[in-house]
Amino acid sequence: MNKLYIFLKYFFIVVWTVFVVAPFLWALTTSFKDFQSVNGGVTYIPWLDFEPNLEGWKVLIKSPARGGVDIIEPYFNSLFVTCTASLISIILGTLSAYALSRYTFKAGFVKNNDITFFFISQRIMPPIVLSIPFFLFLSSINLLDSLTGLIVVYIVLLMPIAVWIMVDFFNKVPREIDETALIDGCNPYQAFLKVVLPNSIPGLIVAGMFCIIFGWIDFFFAFILTFTEVQLLPVKIVALNSSVTPWWSLSASALVSVAPLIIVAFIVERYLSKGNLSGAIK
Amino acid sequence: MNFKHKYFFLFPGLFVLIGILIFPIIFVVRLSLSGWNSYNPGLDYIGLENYIRLFTDDPRFWESFFRLSFLSVTTVILQYVIGFALAHMVWKDIKFKRFFRVLFLVPMMTTPVIMTVIWRTFFHESLGPVNDMLSIFGVAPKWLTDPVIAKFTVIIVEVWQWTPFMFLLLLAGLLSLPKEPFLAAAIDGASPVRKFIYVTFPLMAPISIGAIIIRLIEASKIMDTVYVLTSGGPGTSTETSSFYIFIKGLREFQMGYAASMSFTYLIIMIISLTIIAKVLTKLLLKE
Repeated sequence: MNKLYIFLKYFFIVVWTVFVVAPFLWALTTSFKDFQSVNGGVTYIPWLDFEPNLEGWKVLIKSPARGGVDIIEPYFNSLFVTCTASLISIILGTLSAYALSRYTFKAGFVKNNDITFFFISQRIMPPIVLSIPFFLFLSSINLLDSLTGLIVVYIVLLMPIAVWIMVDFFNKVPREIDETALIDGCNPYQAFLKVVLPNSIPGLIVAGMFCIIFGWIDFFFAFILTFTEVQLLPVKIVALNSSVTPWWSLSASALVSVAPLIIVAFIVERYLSKGNLSGAIK
Repeated sequence: MNFKHKYFFLFPGLFVLIGILIFPIIFVVRLSLSGWNSYNPGLDYIGLENYIRLFTDDPRFWESFFRLSFLSVTTVILQYVIGFALAHMVWKDIKFKRFFRVLFLVPMMTTPVIMTVIWRTFFHESLGPVNDMLSIFGVAPKWLTDPVIAKFTVIIVEVWQWTPFMFLLLLAGLLSLPKEPFLAAAIDGASPVRKFIYVTFPLMAPISIGAIIIRLIEASKIMDTVYVLTSGGPGTSTETSSFYIFIKGLREFQMGYAASMSFTYLIIMIISLTIIAKVLTKLLLKE
């Protein structure tokens, strides 16, 4: 019984590992192929099946005028939009979460939980519902196809995540520490900045990670609200897919775009193993 | 504590969110009562005409909605079962525990559309590795151009992408469980299966409900994957609600009609998710 269980366990883990890794391996080998080795039948092993070359990687940094793809600018655009929107969402979300965790609000039948739910429920909103008004709205104030417009939209996507994680986190930070600070003569803002925030760094990091993930992986809004002036990385890479598909540069650019968040996976795992996530996710 | 300060903490975030959202939502409602299209752009008033058309004369919308329900419920069930299994396996000591934990998290960190582009080459019918390996058995499924199989391709990609999120939520839950019930079960000499059924699973019920609902919310938006993988095709066989609204609104520029569809879609989403949440709570938390 026990042996069978252990066998099944490792069998399942191995199968899933193969499934997880397969597309990455395929992308990695494909990125070193050329036209011949992609279109002449399926090949797997470099040197044995096909002669590897670096063309797929080289075009990534060439300018479009010289037949390249130039993903550097979209890369920094993506990075800038994601980080700015995450930062704003975290700051505003943390303040609101602190208020919702420490004070009681009551306006008619609306109580703390309802306000928290209002924040979180914004995730239910299908992006398509917002996309049409945002499209018309941003074009009327000339923010279509601009970084600012995207940041505004991303705040709506990310702030609910920040509030969701931080409310639960602040609920775990003992109230006594802010009360002590207040007795010691701090005003509430000082108490928040000097005492509560330093004690909430793990929560802030987790919330930040989640904001960055969900900002970085968004495609839909970038796709609808930007065209030529500003291009984000996912849109650029998907656009590669439409023409005669250069599988090698496609694979190389996909790997480049995926790389930074692998670091995030390590950080998330670290906080998971320390038990800091368990309070945040409930 | 002091009364006034609390508003300074709450209001910046709340008002920014409301400020950004209030206009779009009111505008969608108003737009849905207009006949805005590419010939006639403008907010005229045509009453409920769009809604009447939607409810009486547009089977394609309802088909896409049922397809969406099928896809999201199937993927979430699969993600829950696999995610729970994986979380349970790397919960206690196994070799290379942390390596597997990181590895199982990686897919959710990757941009869905970009990975879908890779999946497209992966499932390519003549040049992809899947059909190359399957050719040993003499079969070559049409992953992207067969109406039935294409749905399963979408499911496979979605499961790959989002099982890690389920895994993360459930593992975080498992790690936060109290130790005493497990000690008691060990003293009673319960077998692993009985321990799972009578201790682990009941303790995980609230977290499971939360995780399933979070994933259902996210899955109800399936759109990116479909757009890149099949563009809703072949025919309309993988078209989801979002994608259909996208085609009507931002491809054919029938803004008014698309707005009425998106408002209806939003209302259906809120109602059905509330019902699902209630039912799940009843089912799993019978005390």
